[in-house]
Amino acid sequence: MSVPVRKFDAVIVGAGGAGLRAALQLSEAGLKTAVLSKVFPTRSHTVAAQGGISASLGNVQEDKWEWHMYDTVKGSDWLGDQDAIEFMCRQAPEVVVELEHFGMPFDRLENGKIYQRPFGGHMAEFGKTPVQRACAAADRTGHAMLHTLYQRNVRANTQFFVEWMALDLIRDADGDVIGVTALEMETGETYVLHAKAVLFATGGAGRIYSASTNAFINTGDGLGMTVRAGIPLEDMEFWQFHPTGVAGAGVLITEGVRGEGGILLNANGERFMERYAPNAKDLASRDVVSRAMALEILEGRGCGKEKDHVLLKLDHLGPEIINHRLPGIREIAIKFAGVDPIKDPIPVVPTTHYMMGGIPANYKGEVVAPQGDNPEVRVNGFYAAGECACASVHGANRLGTNSLLDLVVFGKSAGNSMIEFIRNERKDWKPLPENAADFSLARLARLENQTDGEEVADVRNAMQKCVQLRAGVFRNDENLAKGVAEIKEIAERAKRTQIKDKSKVWNTARTEALELENLIEVAVATLISAEARKESRGAHAQDDHPERHDDEWMKHTLYDGQNRTLSYKPVHTQPLSVEYIAPQKRVY
Amino acid sequence: MKMHFQLYRYNPDVDAKPYMQDYHVELEPSDKKLLDALVRLKAVDDTLSFRRSCREGVCGSDAMNINGKNGLACITDLTELKQPVQIRPLPGLPVIRDLIVDMTQFFKQYHSIKPYVINNDPAPERERLQSPEDREELDGLYECILCACCSTSCPSFWWNPDKFVGPAGLLAAYRFIADTRDTAINERLDNLEDPYRLFRCHTIMNCVDVCPKHLNPTKAIGKIKDLMLKRVV
Repeated sequence: MSVPVRKFDAVIVGAGGAGLRAALQLSEAGLKTAVLSKVFPTRSHTVAAQGGISASLGNVQEDKWEWHMYDTVKGSDWLGDQDAIEFMCRQAPEVVVELEHFGMPFDRLENGKIYQRPFGGHMAEFGKTPVQRACAAADRTGHAMLHTLYQRNVRANTQFFVEWMALDLIRDADGDVIGVTALEMETGETYVLHAKAVLFATGGAGRIYSASTNAFINTGDGLGMTVRAGIPLEDMEFWQFHPTGVAGAGVLITEGVRGEGGILLNANGERFMERYAPNAKDLASRDVVSRAMALEILEGRGCGKEKDHVLLKLDHLGPEIINHRLPGIREIAIKFAGVDPIKDPIPVVPTTHYMMGGIPANYKGEVVAPQGDNPEVRVNGFYAAGECACASVHGANRLGTNSLLDLVVFGKSAGNSMIEFIRNERKDWKPLPENAADFSLARLARLENQTDGEEVADVRNAMQKCVQLRAGVFRNDENLAKGVAEIKEIAERAKRTQIKDKSKVWNTARTEALELENLIEVAVATLISAEARKESRGAHAQDDHPERHDDEWMKHTLYDGQNRTLSYKPVHTQPLSVEYIAPQKRVY
Repeated sequence: MKMHFQLYRYNPDVDAKPYMQDYHVELEPSDKKLLDALVRLKAVDDTLSFRRSCREGVCGSDAMNINGKNGLACITDLTELKQPVQIRPLPGLPVIRDLIVDMTQFFKQYHSIKPYVINNDPAPERERLQSPEDREELDGLYECILCACCSTSCPSFWWNPDKFVGPAGLLAAYRFIADTRDTAINERLDNLEDPYRLFRCHTIMNCVDVCPKHLNPTKAIGKIKDLMLKRVV
C-alpha cells in the first residue's frame, strides 16, 4: 500500500526546548524544515520546568564554567562523558544570553542583569560552597523559555505539523536514516516524511512509572522508534527521582524552593539533610536528597497519618519572597496539596522525574551506535537532542537546571550538525525504498484487526506498577530479577492490545495504544539494564551492591532492544580542552 | 463515590450530529480533579476524545466548558462541581471531535500580533539590561498558557473570530509593548489600530472571569487603548 510522501531537508520530531532550538538554527539557515509534535509546541513538557537554567554568568558571585563542569561530572557520579560536559558548560553563558536576546523574560537583579539562584549540587571553587548559577524566570523558567523559543520560530517561519505523531524511523539498505512515517491525528492518515536528516527531540518517558512528575505525553516515542529501527539505548537504568513531588499527586515542586531557602523536615521536625550532607544540606544532589528522604520514611520518621512523606517548609521565607520568586509553587501547593506554603509546609515524596539515559549521541547531536569494534559509529542522517538523547552529560544523576541547558545547547549543536551534513554530505535525498511505510502500516493494521486482545489501560497499569515496584529509589537483586521476568510478560501482552474505537478522526484510543508500544520498550530496557548493573552509582542505588565500582562499572550500558541483550562502552574521560577530572568519593 | 456527567459527543466518522451522553462513573479517593474523572471515563469508553498533557495547569491542553464556564479540567476540583456535570467543548470554535476544537483561528490571531521581541539594534555581547521594575511590567502578561479559555468566552470573539484579535492575542500584544527591550511600539500600535482588531473589546470581562492563570486581559487591552489615545494627542 502506498502512502503520501512529503519531502523536507530536515524533519524534527518533537517541539519542546531541544526541537524548537534546533528548528531555529535550520529555519534561519533557510533549510526546508518540518517540525512534528503530538501537541501544540507550547504544550510540550519543557513548559513545566520551574527553577532555572544553569550558566556560569557570575551575575551574583564569581563563577566559572570549569566549576560548573566539575559539579556536573561529580553530579553524574563519573558516568557523564567529559567532552560533552565541557562542551555544555562552556556553551552555557552564550546560549542563555541568546535566550535573553530572543526575549525570554528572566527575572532581574538590581543592576539589570539576569537573576540567578542557588540550586542543588551547583558549587563554587570545585565543590566548596553553593553558588548562584540558576538563571530564573520566577518559578516558570521552562514556560518562559518554551514560549520564547516558539515565538522566535514564528518569526523564523518554521513549518509546524501540529498534532502529528511520528510512528517509525525509515532507514535504507545502508542503515542511513532517510525519514519517518507519521500519523496526522486530525485525519488519521499516515504519511511518509522523506528527509535528508532527522532529529529526535521527543523528550522523556516518565510515564513508565505510576508516580511521575511527567506529563501524559511523555511516553518515550523516540526511544521506541529507535529500538524498532535496531539502534541501541544507552544507560537506561538511570532514572532521577526528584525529591519534591507533591505527595499523592506527583506534581513537581521545584528545587528552587530549597534554593531560595526552603528546608526538608521529618516527623520530629528535624532538618535531616544536615545528617546526610553536612556541607550542601538541602542543596545536595537530587539522588542524595531522594535517598535520604526515602530512608527517613522507611525508618519511621515520615509525616502524616501514614508516615509516608516528609515536609518542605518555606513559610520562613516570608510572603514577599514566596509571591515574587515562587508564585507558581504557591499555586500548585494550594491546588494539589491543599496547603498555602506561606503558612504551612508542603507534603512531598521522591517522584520519578527524569531519564538520564536515552538514544546514544555525541556532543554534536549525532546518533552513534556500535559497529564492529567501534562502539560509536555515526548513524548517517540521524540526530538526537534533549531528554530523549544520552550525550551523555547527566551520567548517573542529573543536576537541577542542567536539563533546560541541555535542551538549548544540544538542540543548537544538533541543528548546526544537520546544516553541515545537509550542505556537505547529503546534498540530495537518498532514494526512498518502495516499502518505506510497510512496517508502520503493519503495526497499525495489527492494532486495527486485533480481536480477543488486551485493554490498553490494563496493560499500561500493569507496566507502571511493575516499574514502580521493581525499579524505584532503592533496588536489589531479587526485586530487579523479578521485575525483568514480569516486564517481559507484560511486553507480550502489549503485543495484543485492542481498541474499540476504529474511527479515523482524532482517535486518541489509537494514539494511546501506539504510545504504550513505545513505553513498553523503555520499561523493558530500564529493567534489563538495571538488573545487570551490580553496583550503586548516582540514581541507581543497589542495596546488594552498595558501593560504586569504577574498575568494573565506570562504563555506559547499551541495550539492544531487538535481542534484549546488553553490551557496554567506555565513558569519555577526555574533555575537549581541560584536564580529566578523575573519580573521587562523592560527598556533599 | 459515584458521579454523574453529561458529555458533549460528536464523531464526524459516525455521528450525523452532536449529542449529550450520560455517564455515571465510580471514582477512587485519589481522583481529585475533573481530568482524573475524564481519564477514568476514557478507560471505560475509549471512544471519548479530549486533549490533555501536563495535568498541572501549565500546558493549556485541557481547556473545556465545565458547567457553563470555561476552565482547565486538570485544576478543577471535582468537589466543586454541581451534578450532573455538563462538559462541552470550548464555545465558538469548530468542533473536530467530542471535546476537541479546531484552534486554528485562535492561533492565527495570536500570530498576527507578532509575538516576539522586535529589536533590530545589534545585540550586545551580554544580556540586555532591564531593571527589576521594568521586568515587573511583564508580570501578569507573560504567564499566558494559550489555553483559549478567555477568547472562547468572549462574545466579541464569537462574532468576529477572523477580525477581532481576542483577549489572549491582545494580552500577548501588550506583553511585547510593555517590554523595554522591544523597539517596535509604534508598529505594534499601527497593527492594532482598526475598528475590529482592538476596538471590538467592549470590556465584558468574561476573559478575566475565566482565566485559569488569573491574568487580566481587559486591563492589558485598556493599556493599549490608552497608548493609542496618547499617540493621537
